[in-house]
Amino acid sequence: MLEIRNLHASVDGNEILKGIDLKVNKGEVHAIMGPNGSGKSTLAKVLAGHPSYEVTAGEVIFDGKNLLEMSPDERAREGVFMAFQYPVEIPGVSNAQFLRLAYNEKQKHLGAEELDPLEFKDLLKEKAKLVEMEASFMSRSVNEGFSGGEKKRNEILQMAVLDPRLSVLDETDSGLDIDALRIVAEGVNKLHDPNKAVILVTHYQRLLNYITPDFVHVLSAGRIVKEGGKELALELEEKGYDWLKAANGKSATVAPQAG
Amino acid sequence: MERARPWLLKLVNRESIMSTELVKETSRYEMAFRQARQDPEAGEPSWLQNLRENSFIEFERAGFPDIKQEEWKYTNVTPIAKADFAPVLVSNGTALTKDEGLKRFIYEEVRQSTLVFVNGMLRRDLSSLAALPDGVLVLDLREALRGDEYETTLREYLEHPALANGFAALNTALFTSGLFLKIPRDVNVETPIHLLFMGETRAENPPPAGFPRVLIVAEENSSATIVESYASPVDNAVYLTNAIVDISLADGARLEHYKIQRESMGAFHVATTRAELGPNSSYRTTTINFGAALSRHDIRVQMDHEGAECSVDGLYMVDGSQHTDTHSVIDHRQPHCTSHQLYKGILDGKSRAVFNGKVFVRHGAQQTDARQTNKNLLLSTDARVDTKPQLEIFADDVKCTHGAAVGQIDEDEKFYLESRGINPTLARNMLTYGFAEEVIEKIGIESIRRELDAAVLNRLQIQLQA
Repeated sequence: MLEIRNLHASVDGNEILKGIDLKVNKGEVHAIMGPNGSGKSTLAKVLAGHPSYEVTAGEVIFDGKNLLEMSPDERAREGVFMAFQYPVEIPGVSNAQFLRLAYNEKQKHLGAEELDPLEFKDLLKEKAKLVEMEASFMSRSVNEGFSGGEKKRNEILQMAVLDPRLSVLDETDSGLDIDALRIVAEGVNKLHDPNKAVILVTHYQRLLNYITPDFVHVLSAGRIVKEGGKELALELEEKGYDWLKAANGKSATVAPQAG
Repeated sequence: MERARPWLLKLVNRESIMSTELVKETSRYEMAFRQARQDPEAGEPSWLQNLRENSFIEFERAGFPDIKQEEWKYTNVTPIAKADFAPVLVSNGTALTKDEGLKRFIYEEVRQSTLVFVNGMLRRDLSSLAALPDGVLVLDLREALRGDEYETTLREYLEHPALANGFAALNTALFTSGLFLKIPRDVNVETPIHLLFMGETRAENPPPAGFPRVLIVAEENSSATIVESYASPVDNAVYLTNAIVDISLADGARLEHYKIQRESMGAFHVATTRAELGPNSSYRTTTINFGAALSRHDIRVQMDHEGAECSVDGLYMVDGSQHTDTHSVIDHRQPHCTSHQLYKGILDGKSRAVFNGKVFVRHGAQQTDARQTNKNLLLSTDARVDTKPQLEIFADDVKCTHGAAVGQIDEDEKFYLESRGINPTLARNMLTYGFAEEVIEKIGIESIRRELDAAVLNRLQIQLQA
């Protein structure tokens, strides 16, 4: 489904990703772990097409298409979804308006039926149950005044509505209390099926207690330095990231602006 | 069109087009003024006749404001000075009827509480007042001025130099209709009262100038909602609206006031709103400026008594070559008063906006809470805004903030929408809509909110419901 080959990317002229290779098949859950500044969030943003990140080399193939040639909205309509680490507040636009517009844009793209506000309300009600969100959230402005946990749940709600084939969750666990973490993780699990794939970008292992990855990749200084199964995450939890850096002989200093 | 008369031609200086124009224009107003003074039917008291004479002399002396004056630095009214506006001082026939022409401008909630003015003249025949409770006084200002029953009140407001400029002077000299509205003590008027000002033009006549003059008095502990709207049945009709609205709130009175300026795109709109707040009174106003080729709104809120509060919000949304100017003065003269102001602007095309917001906190006005924000969104590189928030504080125990911002669409917000499959144009338009919503969503009358939403969406060419 997704193949990343020798991906290099930079922001403001600083190279953050220095040659990433990654293959994700249908039905798989991949965890990308690594210390702060290793480039894992950059990888997520590059996949989503964030304009601040410049791809300097390499390629990304999504279902046989060159993902890097697509604009962010095209990628979304093709079925790529990124849950933001810091969801953006959109004052004055209600969650329901926003979600319906996004939903209909995708339906239009697929040649499927668009929904009017009433029809969409029913769909939204159904999806909202998945992340235990109350109806009152739908009439509120997108993310405005939401708590950290509510924002993350709202990301998963968007994922549920847009039904992407590839979901990239960028530090979705950060800032969540244990209940919100459970709700978010259960939502992701319920949405997963053999035709979809998930990439979890996370610093900590705790999210992986709820969502079991098939593969764990450890990023350090813009490169994948170690790969393994779910047990690798436990090992990292126990030993921290330093032993990897030592093992690879890399410098522990990292660019502060990279996430 | 009847232009310069023979006696005027003598004054024309053939070498100077400018002075020709000025002589002619001043004279058109003068002719109307002289004619009105000679009307034996007017029956105006002598103080009013004197006031009009003095106002007209003031207008002739000062003329229309020019850009050398600080308060008019960014707004050039030469197009108004040069146009052939014909003052409308009598109620002529109108093509507008309740069912045809007016219906779409009358909000659902005010079907039975709308006063219609055509070019500044109150039209009883087009108005509906059935929903107003007993005791609410609704009078054509002309009728109110005939007797001496309301002389003290009317005189106080009419003689008050609302604004020392040519437009205000011209209004005082020429208005012949208008409204005197009084909400009696302890009366709570639940139905909003709609003042609908229509600019109506006729192909065979020169472009008209209307001079709406309104005085609203809310007595002790009364409450009401006023909708003041400006519109035209013809999209590009050329006319001038020169309006003055005075508002007086007595002890504990509460007034919500919406001004919806959706004049024709060819129109000129110059208006003053002046509110005086009594002790513990509350004045909440929102002004929406969408229309007119050129508009200028002066809004002044004076807090001369303790415990008054006001919110003074606004939204201007302009495009093409539109020009809109808001000058606001919020004057804290006594302690324990609150003022909150949020003005937002959306500019596209080659449009231009001016926001000048003064907040005064006078000596001794302790415990003042004053907030002022002006935010502008520029959608085009050719649009321009001049904003000047100005806070002058002469008291030391106060809470005051102010700020102004001019910016473009936020790239992070745009990317967020795009990352959900929304195309860049639609994302930009949605964010613009959201920017406007912050002001619109506070409006307490649903059908106005809905109409403004639709107007914004229509301008942005997007379909958005739910």
